[in-house]
Amino acid sequence: MITGIEIIKACSAIGAGLAMIAGLGPGIGQGFAAGKGAEAVGRQPDAAGEITRTMLLGQAVAETTGIYSLVIALILIFANPFI
Amino acid sequence: MAEGPKIYAEILGIQITTSTINMWMVMAVIIILCVVSTRNLKTVPGKMQTISELIVTTMNNMVESTMGKKNMSFAPYMLTLIVYLAFANTVGLIGMRPPTADLNMTLALSILTFILTQFFAIKSKGIGTYLKGYIEPFPFLLPMNIMGELANPISLGFRLFGNLLGGTIIMGLLYTGLTNLMKVPLVIPILAHAYFDIFSGLLQSFIFVMLSMVFIAMAMD
Repeated sequence: MITGIEIIKACSAIGAGLAMIAGLGPGIGQGFAAGKGAEAVGRQPDAAGEITRTMLLGQAVAETTGIYSLVIALILIFANPFI
Repeated sequence: MAEGPKIYAEILGIQITTSTINMWMVMAVIIILCVVSTRNLKTVPGKMQTISELIVTTMNNMVESTMGKKNMSFAPYMLTLIVYLAFANTVGLIGMRPPTADLNMTLALSILTFILTQFFAIKSKGIGTYLKGYIEPFPFLLPMNIMGELANPISLGFRLFGNLLGGTIIMGLLYTGLTNLMKVPLVIPILAHAYFDIFSGLLQSFIFVMLSMVFIAMAMD
């Protein structure tokens, strides 16, 4: 019979896996931004350095929500407050 | 690697951990570099002075283009921050745990940015306009405005912490789990370190400083 601590551990593991579904968002968003960046460089090859810097800045900010979900998954696996 | 930094001692309630000791080592390296490169300054510069002048000029240009010409007094703090973060994020190359992979360190830096933002907003707008800014455009949006203000330093700290901790855990897993793969000389370890330690570390430090500059500049007008 599964009781107590084992259910908590099992559900934490499932929760950590579900949290990483949020990795979908930054993947789509950053790929879209990279496509727009490539288009802009194709239109104006002289501004390539400035466009690359702006694109990297925007992508690192867009990655934040993916990092939040990674932190929740790491907390559930390694520093679980429910156990 | 993922269990957290090892605690070595406790002085007056403050714990001395691996992150603290690594931070002291990074500080020592930066201080020695600064002292060595500002000795014997000449009008016709030697090699070390040329590099230092290049770094300072680049940073001045970045601060001027992001914050405007009248805010150049922020340039020394921003240069210190980016040099410290650049060194601190890349100590993973020599096997040490980066000090910024500890939430205490990154939240401390982002709380510094938060204090700077609020102080200069009050100083340049006056405390009346500053407090009224929270009630615009509608008074019932006050909790949302306060949460929006608090979300900035929290997201700054967590972005840096999450990226660095993720990189540290993945490098640790690569070294313990795929040991034989990491012994392939010069190809796989270089690729892994080049992405997780060098590229991610330098990019995250640049992002932190740019966002700090943008927050402070936006709060002052």
